[in-house]
Amino acid sequence: MNIFTILISTIFVNNYVFSQFLGICPFLGVSNKTETATGMGLAVTFVVTLSSVITWVIQKTILDKFGLEYLQTIVFILVIASLVQFVEMFLKKSSPNLYKALGVYLPLITTNCIVLGVAILNIEKGYNIFETIINSLGASIGFALALLLMAGIREKFEFADIPKPLQGFPIGLITSGLMAIAFLGFYGIV
Amino acid sequence: MKLSRIFFNGLIKENTIFVQVIGMCALLAVTTSATNGLAMGLAVTVVTVGSNIVVSLLRKLIPDKIRIPAFIVVIATFVTIVDMFMKAYTPSLYKALGIFIPLIVVNCMILGRAEAFASKNPLLPSIVDGLGMGLGYTIASVLLGAFREILGAGSLFGVQLFGMSYEPALIFIMPAGSFILLGLMMGIFNHVRRKKETSKTGEKEEVLDEYIYNID
Repeated sequence: MNIFTILISTIFVNNYVFSQFLGICPFLGVSNKTETATGMGLAVTFVVTLSSVITWVIQKTILDKFGLEYLQTIVFILVIASLVQFVEMFLKKSSPNLYKALGVYLPLITTNCIVLGVAILNIEKGYNIFETIINSLGASIGFALALLLMAGIREKFEFADIPKPLQGFPIGLITSGLMAIAFLGFYGIV
Repeated sequence: MKLSRIFFNGLIKENTIFVQVIGMCALLAVTTSATNGLAMGLAVTVVTVGSNIVVSLLRKLIPDKIRIPAFIVVIATFVTIVDMFMKAYTPSLYKALGIFIPLIVVNCMILGRAEAFASKNPLLPSIVDGLGMGLGYTIASVLLGAFREILGAGSLFGVQLFGMSYEPALIFIMPAGSFILLGLMMGIFNHVRRKKETSKTGEKEEVLDEYIYNID
């Protein structure tokens, strides 16, 4: 598949948040302010791309070769968990500024299903290494975009008169439903 | 008495979806029908109970510093078992749930129960806690699945409910409908809970509320 097509399709048409429901928890949890949304988006982009490449290499060189495909889930989640820890330590030493910006969000990423989800989907779709990189980049940019849009809308909630039972998560869910309808407009581009 | 309290605590009072609002990715994604919702709920229940049992038995052996990775390995093992089991015995469900079966690993509810309950409590309460939490999740996923199926396909558990003239609203089968329906369900749940709480504490607060509004 064309690289450009993959990129556009994962960012807009098949946005992982709105059409595959990956990464909903942080999407609803940390989208209160645009600043935090940017931090989370950056951290996720970083980790998703890195972990997809590593898990792809492990799948091709170790799991497939020795017939250990059934260990995929366990191996991938361990790789992701240790990678997140490693990135955290590395950033702390090498660039304290970036660490300060991303620090709080890094531990949360282990249980963000977009990381494991994209890693598994790359294997399932039979992508090669370049397509894997492009697909994970597109997936995380799409996630960051959704997060930023949501944060922008949520900041306006403070001025809105929302019925009491719907305040907080329920109205967030309904808003994301309406955004998902809006994203349906991209169908047919690719 | 105490065990039943633990059970209902997970089932209703601290319901994963409606109260704690965690572990929603899979819930929103696979509930296109009541059957899928039920299957997902049961799979999550099995994994929660299994991981609670093992974590509770090993709670004195696992060193405190590496407990999170240890819990994740236990959970991933049970997820792999469920994955293989469903692949062998229910292939059509396995296809329908797809990637969300391996993704049970990152369902924060399961790790949350291992960390908050099973690592501190003996075997029996841990099993009950896992059952309660898992069934609470199942109730939410079956409800959402049933509503989506009725509105979006006009059927329930695959049985057609209405006549030929019924026009299903396709949007409820699509992702957007899932978000909106769960939002409304949560709103209703919150409303009922608020009413119960205010009726318990007496109506003083509400009267006070009205009083303030009137002054405004």
